[in-house]
Amino acid sequence: MTDGKFDLVVVGGGPGGYVAAIRAAQLKMSVAVVEREHLGGICLNWGCIPTKALLRTSEVYDLIKHADQYGLTVGQASIDFAKIVKRSRNVAGQLNRGVGFLLKKNKVTVFDGAGKLEGPRTVKVEKDGKPVATLQAKNVILATGARARALPGLEPDGKLVWTYKEAMVPTAMPKSLLVIGSGAIGIEFASFYRTLGAEVTVVEVLPRVLPVEDEEISALARKAFEKQGMKIMTGATVKALKRGSDSVTATIEADGKSQELTAERVILAVGITGNVENIGLETTKAKAERGHVVVNQWAETAEPGLYAIGDLAGPPWLAHKASHEGVIAVERIAGIKGLHPLNVRRIAGCTYCRPQVASIGLTEKAAKDAGRKVRVGRFPFIGNGKAIALGEPEGLVKTVFDADTGELLGAHMIGAEVTELIQGYAVGMSLETTEAELMETVFPHPTLSEMMHESVLDAYGRAIHF
Amino acid sequence: MTIDITMPALSPTMTEGAVAKWHKKEGDAVKSGDVIAEVETDKATVEVEAADDGVMGKIVVPEGTKGVKVNDVIAVLLEEGESADSIKAGTAKPVPKAPPAAAAPAPAAAPQPQAPASAPAQPAPKPAAPPQANGGGDRVFASPLARRMAEKAGIDLASLKGSGPHGRIVKSDIDAARGTAPAAATSAPKAAPSQAIAPQAKAPAPAPTAGLPSFTEVPHTTMRKVIAQRLVQSKRDAPHFYLTMDCQIDKLLALRKELNGRKAAEGDHGYKLSVNDFVLRAVALAMKKVPAANASWTETSVRIFHSVDVSVAVAIPNGLITPVIRGAEGKGLAEISNEMKALAEKARAGKLTPEEYQGGTVSVSNLGMYGVRDFAAVINPPQGCILAVGAGEQRPVVKDGAVAIATVMTCTLSVDHRVVDGAVGAEFLGAFKQLIEDPMTMLL
Repeated sequence: MTDGKFDLVVVGGGPGGYVAAIRAAQLKMSVAVVEREHLGGICLNWGCIPTKALLRTSEVYDLIKHADQYGLTVGQASIDFAKIVKRSRNVAGQLNRGVGFLLKKNKVTVFDGAGKLEGPRTVKVEKDGKPVATLQAKNVILATGARARALPGLEPDGKLVWTYKEAMVPTAMPKSLLVIGSGAIGIEFASFYRTLGAEVTVVEVLPRVLPVEDEEISALARKAFEKQGMKIMTGATVKALKRGSDSVTATIEADGKSQELTAERVILAVGITGNVENIGLETTKAKAERGHVVVNQWAETAEPGLYAIGDLAGPPWLAHKASHEGVIAVERIAGIKGLHPLNVRRIAGCTYCRPQVASIGLTEKAAKDAGRKVRVGRFPFIGNGKAIALGEPEGLVKTVFDADTGELLGAHMIGAEVTELIQGYAVGMSLETTEAELMETVFPHPTLSEMMHESVLDAYGRAIHF
Repeated sequence: MTIDITMPALSPTMTEGAVAKWHKKEGDAVKSGDVIAEVETDKATVEVEAADDGVMGKIVVPEGTKGVKVNDVIAVLLEEGESADSIKAGTAKPVPKAPPAAAAPAPAAAPQPQAPASAPAQPAPKPAAPPQANGGGDRVFASPLARRMAEKAGIDLASLKGSGPHGRIVKSDIDAARGTAPAAATSAPKAAPSQAIAPQAKAPAPAPTAGLPSFTEVPHTTMRKVIAQRLVQSKRDAPHFYLTMDCQIDKLLALRKELNGRKAAEGDHGYKLSVNDFVLRAVALAMKKVPAANASWTETSVRIFHSVDVSVAVAIPNGLITPVIRGAEGKGLAEISNEMKALAEKARAGKLTPEEYQGGTVSVSNLGMYGVRDFAAVINPPQGCILAVGAGEQRPVVKDGAVAIATVMTCTLSVDHRVVDGAVGAEFLGAFKQLIEDPMTMLL
């Protein structure tokens, strides 16, 4: 049993918590991180990173299948699932050790165990039910993240009905797969398994896939997925799951009609819910509401000195949002002047399906619904030299401007590597660009980024290559 | 002797300007008040008027020249009987720079009659100027979007304080200046959507209005923001103390009646003196007697002004503004009265020019006409004093050991203790009281 006094105790070592801890250490605070499972959190160990490793495999597999197009003759590619998963785990493992190293380098004390508040300034650490330490803190940041949301009757069981976690470490390739939910998580798994050959059906309750994206992008994505052989049911609800010995039969309701569909495995991806339980919130003034801790724009809870960041504090559920919130919370604690609250409209979102989808800001519809007069630019991949050379001629870069001020309201992309491109627009938005600066920017040739330029030009009727 | 026309300082932060246009050619006759040139700053183009009669002798700085330092000679005016030959070779060069701003004042002590053109007396500090942002220099840092929005809304970027990184002006600053509430960062949740639609996708947090009756929200105008910013600054930075005196004004009222009546009798072109006109003159004369109170605070020194420029608070729709009677100690009652009327009218019509409301060395706020007996005003920074004037009303007073009735006006002086100490403030207020109670002395 150890005790300690710290300027800051961070509960949770994910992308919100560990970044907050390092920033605090930079600001000369004494910092502790309490992590119950693995540094780097879900993102690094069971989310963003290992899925990117899996998706890279499916991408390479797809390229090999189309090697002939590139003038290469390659023998039949075969899939070794154990090796695919092992690579994914190794990638996560390497980064996990990296976070440990970073924390050590910054002299952050790491406590292995579950942290729980006992009053606003005390964090008790327990490992396997046994007390490990009692920490006194001047400030506490809660960053305990979130977990997959379960729906009544559709509870995951780890064998037949998976969450992201089981879906990431399959022992064998399921022949058929039902994915419930077509957000980023659902679609990425659907894309991975489909590309490797599984029969995949995606069921989405809303009228379109990737429902937070621009309608036009959603429609293009759906077309691309269906072309790859994915089956997509929108406006559909899974009413029940009947679990057999090695398969599941789902009752799906759509358009008032009910039908049954049998698949070997089901992935439940219907959103996440914050880990608000068992962290001692009730011993403070902080409140939880609908699965997340209530905070203001500075990540402050109702309890002075107690902060909540990342998934725990609500959407958007993105690692980079958590990190940024962590930095804001720490700088707030340090009393740094001139801080700005996080503007969630300037946070890009990326989905690494095939084709990739990336976006930032308002969709065309959202902008119009907000009463904005808009100018919309579009540029298709088919008009871009690099895209043709890559053999990736399908996709679209769409930009939405305020017609009055030229403010870049949103950008929406689908196609190869767009997840790497979107940041260009994010920088522009943070600097409060108008169309004029984007038009004046010289984009290197030949790159996919030229489409970002052309899309802006198109919004003002000036596109050159289309 | 030739008269140098110099680049005027058109705003407190102006360090250089451009000569946009000459309205007079060399050899043209110039009358005081004629527009001789247009000077451009980053904020505005302003016409420069001649302060003297004469002939345009030499244009030193040609049209279109940018980056001309304030106080540099831009032209030379010949007085009657002078020829261009009288222009000394040396004048073509910029005259030695004006003493650094901190040592500024001294219009009277200027070595030669520089033509301050139409600009406000150069030394006067301009407290009414909006807060300056963006640190030193003339460049205003603003995002491209903020620039365009400001241009569309007709907002002067230089009048805003930037809230972005390093004081950069960003969109939300323009939104705030326009009085539109910055659209709350509505969160379009960007994450795995759910089969059952997540309830948190709904509206942003409820406005903190629970328990309040219904209300109308009046968005802040620029004026409201400036008032708020400056008065908070005053209360925060200036340690206020308050001195109150009762002034008996029966003699003043009698004199006022007589003077106003005299005018009627003679039917001349007019004045109608108000009690406030007497107050303004008394303030000016009392300041002249106690010059240490006619002062303002700067970080490095206390500035004691050589002229009494009285800022007078005038209520206007949705706010207030303080036009300035400059050099009030040298102006008679009628002059003050007429000038004040004209300024107040312009103020209510929203037509005051910056030089008419910026500056001032002391303020007067009079709420007597509303029946207010006495009050304490907030100092108008960076001035050192403000006089709050109550209503003149009949009150019992003790005269020669007996209760008598007198018309009494209570005046309270708010003083910035950094600038003016108690005794000096009291001395000023005493001098003021003496003048008000024995108004004939104002005529001396």
